[in-house]
Amino acid sequence: MTSADGASRWAVEARGLGKRYGRRWAVRDLSVRIPAGAVCGLVGPNGAGKSTLLGMAGRLVRPTTGSLHVFGAPVSAAPGLTDISFLTQDKPLFPRFTVEETLRLGRELNPRWDRAVAERIVRSGKLSMAARIGSLSGGQRSRVALALAFGKRPRLLLLDEPMADLDPLAAHEIGGLLLAEAAEQGTTVVMSSHRMADVATMCDHLVALDGGRVRLAGEVDTLLAAHVLVTGVHLTEGVPAEIARHTVVESRAVGRQFTALVRPRGRIEGDWKIAEPGLEEVLLGYMRSPAAPPLLTAAARTESAENEEDEGAAA
Amino acid sequence: MVEFRIDRHSGMAAYLQIVQQVQEALRLGILAAGDQLPTAARVAADTKLNPNTTLKAYRELEHLGLVEPRPGVGTFVSASPARPRSLADSPLRGELSDWMRRAHGEGLEWADVSALITAARVEHYPAV
Repeated sequence: MTSADGASRWAVEARGLGKRYGRRWAVRDLSVRIPAGAVCGLVGPNGAGKSTLLGMAGRLVRPTTGSLHVFGAPVSAAPGLTDISFLTQDKPLFPRFTVEETLRLGRELNPRWDRAVAERIVRSGKLSMAARIGSLSGGQRSRVALALAFGKRPRLLLLDEPMADLDPLAAHEIGGLLLAEAAEQGTTVVMSSHRMADVATMCDHLVALDGGRVRLAGEVDTLLAAHVLVTGVHLTEGVPAEIARHTVVESRAVGRQFTALVRPRGRIEGDWKIAEPGLEEVLLGYMRSPAAPPLLTAAARTESAENEEDEGAAA
Repeated sequence: MVEFRIDRHSGMAAYLQIVQQVQEALRLGILAAGDQLPTAARVAADTKLNPNTTLKAYRELEHLGLVEPRPGVGTFVSASPARPRSLADSPLRGELSDWMRRAHGEGLEWADVSALITAARVEHYPAV
């Protein structure tokens, strides 16, 4: 993760980043960073700002406020362009081109083109080089799009819902291909996704957005370990005192049963059943509780945001 | 070589699933001394599992003395792995089988038996 020049330890670093469309802020005051080498899931409800953030990192969207650095350089700087591949949700390819012509286009347009990598990705899908893009299935088109993206030899690969429109078999193949190539080439991947089960196993880092702001960011394991699910008998009104002293993300009482998603500060006293939540439970807890304080682990925090962060985060 | 199966709904951490599957493969003789484990990239391609998760499992297996990394080559089953005892001929297996026969004889449904096993597990293996 660390490299000779300390600046590029972070693949993506946003400080006070914002994007306004008319009167609506799609992304607002966003400060977060993603370490180089991470496979980072970008999650959140529709309209949370995921595509806008990807667009800004991929230089398709100009930020309204703040700064955005990719490998230590401002994203607007010219050299950044060869470092980044951005695959939008519609995976734009020319339908009348053959696979071979599409790869040739990649070669002509990219100075660092790696023909061997691109052809390997295409061939491992048993695709004919002579096939027209328009005649391919969704999974095959995704494969060609990934071949183009990886053939560019990017240091950062941005993917907007890469597997959303694929059938289960194709999604499995494309997801596996993506991870194997990223591991092989040391590519940092940032991918938005609605499929929580995928994010939980594919990604080692996570950025959860809601309403244009960061709610959770950092290593998936660290974020999960910072939370517990507490269940017990509910005897009083409201949140029981021994739970309220911790950071309560979400709580509810059904009859006599009390359940809460909690960021513990130290031991939880009392007769409570403590369980480890899954990633989906943690995410849903934050999405349902807009007032819960965000959690950024040490790896995801920018220095400027460090002081504002609360106690439990260092876990 | 083995192939791992990641159950995304088991609630068990994926790296632990790999640790368990390697242990099981050793017990069953699917893996033997000197065999290579699949690379993290290979596991990623087959199962969509983050390569770091596989590496975490391999570190855990190394810690247990079951495998050894050979830098630049891969991860291999140790020459004399601290092999978990073969369980097939353990008396515990026979006792459990007897117990389950009695449960069946007394008319317990599988759901009842499963609940009893879960309760006993929580008592003796709280961390699992």
